[in-house]
Amino acid sequence: MVNKDAVGRTGPRFDVVIERGKIREFARATGSTSPGYLDEPDPVVPPTFLTTASFWQPPEAADIYRTLDIDPRRLLHGEQEFLFTLEPPRAGTVLHAQTTVEEIYDKEGRRGGVMTFAVLRSDFTDDDGVIIAQARTTLIETGRAPADSGEG
Amino acid sequence: MARLDLSIGVELPARTFGPLSRTDFVRYQGASGDFNPIHHDEEFARSAGFDTVFSVGMLQAGLLATYCTDLLGPANVRRFKTQFREQVWPGDRLIASARHHHDTGGGRRRDQRHRDLRHRRPRGRRGLSQPLSSS
Repeated sequence: MVNKDAVGRTGPRFDVVIERGKIREFARATGSTSPGYLDEPDPVVPPTFLTTASFWQPPEAADIYRTLDIDPRRLLHGEQEFLFTLEPPRAGTVLHAQTTVEEIYDKEGRRGGVMTFAVLRSDFTDDDGVIIAQARTTLIETGRAPADSGEG
Repeated sequence: MARLDLSIGVELPARTFGPLSRTDFVRYQGASGDFNPIHHDEEFARSAGFDTVFSVGMLQAGLLATYCTDLLGPANVRRFKTQFREQVWPGDRLIASARHHHDTGGGRRRDQRHRDLRHRRPRGRRGLSQPLSSS
């Protein structure tokens, strides 16, 4: 069962350093040959690049995912959204990221069983606290393990 | 870059990605930092009840994002939303296509446009993701 008391909880702030080499590596891995990513001295990040921040965050920032108490065998990544206030941040930028549990709700699954949706929002701000980008992740805890139900 | 016809209703040129290999999955995992073994370790994937490893959802999201940025320019995609519908397996080919759906208008930026974008397998029954992007 997902811990619904987690709604409104916010993790600690951590720094995200936008690096040119990582942008190039990510652009290549996602099939881009755009000189805008590969040759520019200060390229913007690809639309889904900030997803990498969650894999490099300090362990105490990842605790926010653990407070959700989702059964890992029934966990699906349902939706992902990225918003940029102006143009996406460029290499050389340091952003400050913080993740909040925005919403948790139940929905009747198509094949029976209740699915629980957890929406997490990460705000990426500059030194003045101005929001540069936002990422919204929807995690789903299915009624039973995806491998058993044949759903992805 | 050739000038794109972005009139409402116009289909943008489709692009095929793949066939995706296990190496493509691993390259994306290295680039992103997501080392979930279910995407590269056959033994682990089978013990979890799957026939084989499958792709990282964010890889096909990233391919669709590349389709957008290669068409529209890296700095011009300001919103990207994707829904994960189905798993993608080794050997799958994905076709990215787009249609200019409607202009939002009345927003802070008058030049915002929303587009329907989707990946499908050549003979797939349904879309693998349905993101929106605007520029």
